Amino acid sequence: MRRGRRVDWTHFTPWASLLGGILLGIATSLLILFNGRVLGVCGIVAGLLRPERGDTLWRVALIAGLVASPWLVRGLAVFQPTWFTIAAPQIDADWPVVAGAGIIVGVGTRYANGCTSGHGVCGLARLSPRSAIATVSFMAAGFLTVFLTQHVLHIA
Amino acid sequence: MSQPTAKPFLPHVLAFATGLVFGVGLLVAGMADPHKVLAFLNLAGPWDPSLAFVMGGAIGVAVFAFAYARKRATALLGDPIRLPTSRDITPRLILGSVAFGVGWGLAGFCPAPALVALGNGQPKAVVFVVAMLVGMAAFEWLESLSTARGTLNTSVNAVSPR
Repeated sequence: MRRGRRVDWTHFTPWASLLGGILLGIATSLLILFNGRVLGVCGIVAGLLRPERGDTLWRVALIAGLVASPWLVRGLAVFQPTWFTIAAPQIDADWPVVAGAGIIVGVGTRYANGCTSGHGVCGLARLSPRSAIATVSFMAAGFLTVFLTQHVLHIA
Repeated sequence: MSQPTAKPFLPHVLAFATGLVFGVGLLVAGMADPHKVLAFLNLAGPWDPSLAFVMGGAIGVAVFAFAYARKRATALLGDPIRLPTSRDITPRLILGSVAFGVGWGLAGFCPAPALVALGNGQPKAVVFVVAMLVGMAAFEWLESLSTARGTLNTSVNAVSPR
């Protein structure tokens, strides 16, 4: 692995990521404008653990949409131009790490009342100082964690 | 203009479509791939700035929707617009976010991409989502404990579950 702070130009996908981001923005906009709901995925999932009458089905529907999205992309694969391919996902972390990370993410996002979608996208788009603090906090913790695991402890 | 009770299934259809578009967005952006997310968090390695472009694109669109939503009381399908009201910056907010960031940095997953990867049939994503639900349930349990304790301390007879 190369050392030093340099941009990985071979894997950097500015246009695809910008386009994907715009799709996230469109989805977020649709949900707030039509349903009056903030698209914060961990909050939507957590609402199912504390179900309230008449407040469950839309959550299930949205999660089903997320889960079904790879199938839609696969179905549209025929039309994908050759310059545009979605890379096969790669999960580097070992099983116990994945499980531990899942638990921390579950607890942490509930205490923070939001995750990357709720604070990072919706909160920043609402110009919420609270969400800005949350986003800076989880970004900083993410940067530090990856620095420690990949450059100090060499366990990832 | 809008008829809230006439077509009660419409909000659910819209929620499904929203999840679908969001998931496709994550896949197109490369964010359903933990390796790419970690490449963004790896500032000291060969850095992949893609995630910043994802956030920029998403916020750049959503900022207009929220500015418009703030001026309205009801959504286009008739339900009230529910925007977060809390403005408090608390230790819970910061410590919770830090914990989330640590988990994010360990596996490269946050909740939405994990659900997309689960749909993609990745066993590790299944493990992550189940563990995340366990973590969320643990939070609910801890909260119910502290609520119960608070109720005992103030000796209020009526417990009001949220």
